[in-house]
Amino acid sequence: MAWEFKNDRPIYAQILEHMELDILSGKYSPGEKVPSVRELAADAAVNPNTMQRAMVELERRGLVYTERTNGRFITENMDMLQDVKRRIAEEYIGEFVDKMKKIGYSEEEVKNLMQNHMNYERNEENG
Amino acid sequence: MDNVIWKCENLTMKYGKRQVLNNVSFQLERGKIIGLLGPNGSGKTTLIKLSNGLLTPKKGNIIIDGHKVGLETKKIVSYLPERSYLDNSLKIYQIVDLFQDFYEDFDVNKAYNMLKDLKINPEDRLKSMSKGTKEKVQLILVMSREAKLYMLDEPIGGVDPAARDYILRTIISNYNPDASVIISTHLISDIEQVLDDVVFIKEGEVMLHKPVDEIREEDGKSVDELFREVFRC
Repeated sequence: MAWEFKNDRPIYAQILEHMELDILSGKYSPGEKVPSVRELAADAAVNPNTMQRAMVELERRGLVYTERTNGRFITENMDMLQDVKRRIAEEYIGEFVDKMKKIGYSEEEVKNLMQNHMNYERNEENG
Repeated sequence: MDNVIWKCENLTMKYGKRQVLNNVSFQLERGKIIGLLGPNGSGKTTLIKLSNGLLTPKKGNIIIDGHKVGLETKKIVSYLPERSYLDNSLKIYQIVDLFQDFYEDFDVNKAYNMLKDLKINPEDRLKSMSKGTKEKVQLILVMSREAKLYMLDEPIGGVDPAARDYILRTIISNYNPDASVIISTHLISDIEQVLDDVVFIKEGEVMLHKPVDEIREEDGKSVDELFREVFRC
């Protein structure tokens, strides 16, 4: 399936996010070889030059590295992966809190609601 | 090697008194997939026909890979016309043979692989096929050449969305850093993500020529949305 892209932002930035999520969610393991730009571009149904640009940026950020002639590999630096995970988590939480404030909750109330929700889910799981 | 694969200088074209291209000059780089976008009657097909020597300009000229349009450029340009020119009574494998005889750069294996992928039987006659299948056959033939420039006039208009995906992937995976692909279409949202650059043509003039991601970055909207704004009726 072609990847889904939103209208309001550059495709290259969205490829970058997609790749980060694929790495964090374990689609690619640390040390694993990344498919070629051509394969990735065909899979995502995007322009190969745009995919190349995203991979270069991924490399600049340290999430993948190039081994001469062998291709690109996922970093084995766990601190690096942890940092990315943390950064994305902060973004999600920021968006969530903004939305909650918009519909009129205070920070304290958001915390309580979160806590209740999690307790509820835990009870559901425990049956 | 010059990085320009295609350029036109002061190109003017008229059909009778009607001016279709008005002193147009611009150039396209190698290794790019470029969308030629504009409403019906804006001059897209005329520009492509001029590039393939099917029409002669009133003024100005087109240079492809350093050559004026002619025998030299026909060898390196693979052209998908808007309408079919293939003989309806032929079987598909006969048309493949024809292309092989005609073009030095034609890759037979590639053609048969793509026919197989799209479940088209080479023994079938063209006239027994649906409009969409005919379009697929034509595109397969055009993309099976190892050309330096592919010019596709409305390549995805008549095919279903699944085949559209396959065709876009075919264009992407045939991509080679020296070759460029020019796609004229008004189905922008379907092909936007495979394009490097877009050229907007309005009433015979180029009104915008930009990378897709630059439009998204600067305007915060897709090419499709920008197009609807610019060409609002």
